Amino acid sequence: MRTPHLWLFTAVALLVAFSAYGKPFTFTAIPDQNESRLRERFDKVANYLAERLEVEVRYIPVKSYAASVTAFKNNEVQLAWFGGLSGVQARAAVPGARAIAQGDEDQLFITYFLAHDSTGLSESGQFPQGISGRSFIFGSKGSTSGRLMPEFFIRQHLGGAPETVFSRVGYSGSHSRTIALVQAGAYEVGAVNYKVWETELAEGKIDAQHVRMIWRTPPYPDYNWTLQGDLDETWGAGFEARVTAALLEMDDPDLLAAFPRAKFVPAKNEDYASIKEIAQIIGLMD
Amino acid sequence: MSSRRAPATRTTLAFVLVAGLCLLAADLQIITLSPWDELGRMLWGVVSPNFREPLRLADALLQTLTFAFAGISLAVMMGFPLALCFRWAPVRIYCAFVRAIHELFWGLLFLQAVGLNPWCGVLAIAIPFSGVLAKVYAEILEEADLRPLQSLPHGAGHVEAFFFVRLPDVWHHLKHYSGYRLECALRSSTILGFIGFPTLGFHLHTAFLEGHYADVSALLILFYLLIASLRFWVRPRLVPIYALAAWVMLPAGTAFSLHNVTRFLTRDIIPAPVRGSLHDGPEALAEHLPQLAEWGQRMVMDQALPGAITTLLLSQITLITTGALALVLFPWISRIFVRGYLLELGRLAVIVMRSTPEYVLAFTFLLLWGPSWLPAIAALTIHNGAIIAHLIARHADTMALRPDAPRGLNRYAFEVVPRLYGQFLAFLFYRWEMILRETAILGILGIHTLGFHIDSALAGDRQDRVMLLILLTALLNIAVDAFSRRLRARLRLRTTAKAV
Repeated sequence: MRTPHLWLFTAVALLVAFSAYGKPFTFTAIPDQNESRLRERFDKVANYLAERLEVEVRYIPVKSYAASVTAFKNNEVQLAWFGGLSGVQARAAVPGARAIAQGDEDQLFITYFLAHDSTGLSESGQFPQGISGRSFIFGSKGSTSGRLMPEFFIRQHLGGAPETVFSRVGYSGSHSRTIALVQAGAYEVGAVNYKVWETELAEGKIDAQHVRMIWRTPPYPDYNWTLQGDLDETWGAGFEARVTAALLEMDDPDLLAAFPRAKFVPAKNEDYASIKEIAQIIGLMD
Repeated sequence: MSSRRAPATRTTLAFVLVAGLCLLAADLQIITLSPWDELGRMLWGVVSPNFREPLRLADALLQTLTFAFAGISLAVMMGFPLALCFRWAPVRIYCAFVRAIHELFWGLLFLQAVGLNPWCGVLAIAIPFSGVLAKVYAEILEEADLRPLQSLPHGAGHVEAFFFVRLPDVWHHLKHYSGYRLECALRSSTILGFIGFPTLGFHLHTAFLEGHYADVSALLILFYLLIASLRFWVRPRLVPIYALAAWVMLPAGTAFSLHNVTRFLTRDIIPAPVRGSLHDGPEALAEHLPQLAEWGQRMVMDQALPGAITTLLLSQITLITTGALALVLFPWISRIFVRGYLLELGRLAVIVMRSTPEYVLAFTFLLLWGPSWLPAIAALTIHNGAIIAHLIARHADTMALRPDAPRGLNRYAFEVVPRLYGQFLAFLFYRWEMILRETAILGILGIHTLGFHIDSALAGDRQDRVMLLILLTALLNIAVDAFSRRLRARLRLRTTAKAV
């Protein structure tokens, strides 16, 4: 009767040993835009980090905001480039996790509201009250710029949940789909990450005849680099500080284009308190 | 009048009536404004597929095959023994439960508990498929012709009777059905890419969300060719070799962590109101019971119940349109109606229809018609209608016709359709629960099905809600499955997939 226990013990011990040893430092990023090129871009970031940290660094791609949070929760990744909301979710699930850096632009991120030309709505400095009663498309359900913040401003100005103030509400799954659907008139109004809109505009993918930007939201904090809490124990003293320094000192435009950000600046968990509060108000977090 | 009608006809009329009533509650408004730019880009993508990264494509194709073969071989290994003790109620309940949960949901649950490990992908296919296989294998074995039993020598036991009488008689049916499930496994393997496994679906999802239609079309063409070529390279004798190769080639994953599994089971999926107090003894737990009750009530009244109603309404309508499409389509891919290049053309068209992911179809119709139930109904109808057409066409192909059998439309309306109508209904009822499960993909249309709420709970990282909603979805599936089984029994339809 004793032997099976011994075997089991050995097997578990081996598993534990394997999971602690020889694992490269791994990071992921939410698939928010240009997903198809993320791999090659983030592989470059991995090379840069490997050089700076003098350990093996690997990037693993994930398919959704939720999957990036899961990977962080399961300690499959030690570092992640999150959105505002996914970062808050991940840090709520992992004690000790902290936001260490954000893009320069992320301190004052904004969302654009788009409208199809048939609505007759045009750009204005005020919240577009005329979107009430129309069909509305958000981006991914877990996106800060495509869902959380636009929903917050809609509730603030129209006084009700999206399902009650619009005729139909959809979730496109990506910013690029949101633009395509409003441009086609399948949905009359939508909300999109301003960076994605600017990029697609510059690439000539947007037909200004059919779709236009009608409102800029007030600024809010968004994307961030978040780190597991216990890294100094497993990776050696000072490791967390070195990761932070490597991110903040990243200045190669080619690397920064992966995000795309001008540079990274320091961040802390408290910077995202408003995001957490809004997620709780909207009922996205307990 | 109606009492003289055949039971199959009465059932059909009843279902059409129900679908008609469901239509009253459906949102079918068409809004077309300016879809042509995007549709033009899609069309351009279709005619200019991007094969410039052959290595990436080949890798995705290989991974799709690997997951499918590893998954289906494990499913057969688990399903066959289960089929042998299928008379045992706990086995039947277990099988009904595991197959009531969609591969995608199994995959998502494993991802939560174990992480992005290839085993998750294999198990996500193998577990629900083993439930399906056990059920169908058991039904096939039950239908074996037992007359040869009398020729067994005296003293032969159950084991001999099984291997020398039952099994040989139905062997080719088992083989054919497993072959069909392989095609299903390839589809599932592709779809699992949507949640992160490195199959064709991984790249397909990305390319589609980014609007890179040339990549989308290259990936879809590869997938169509894969399905179309199955009959040339999947030989019973080669299958064990493929399966073995799949297990060897399965990519290495992250190390298994007991900590994550424990956390998932003892924390993540515990309803939020009692999560903190679960381990503080019964008194602390009792204190939070009112909150738990309120949580449960809110989940059921706000999400599960309305979600289940919407899901059912949508499924009932889709069931009828699916049946109608299948009846129109199948003669174009059956040898007793068309031959030569027309037949091949028809087959190719049906492969395209049944292998294009519903999400891609739904998006295309959404551009065309705007957000209502229509894109959903159309997408699910095309996908499922083509699958049933494929199944009944193969059934029709085995049909013996008299030399003086009528031709053309008469052959279709007065000979073939009446003869295979029972089989057709059996397939349609089989598909019922599939349609129910597939309504989960429709978040983009803003239709609040059960799947929509599961997706929302996932986006909020609320595994307790995910778990509850998945369990309720499974219950609904089991109920529909039980109802359709009783219906089939009453109509005395052959429930096995004999013709498959």
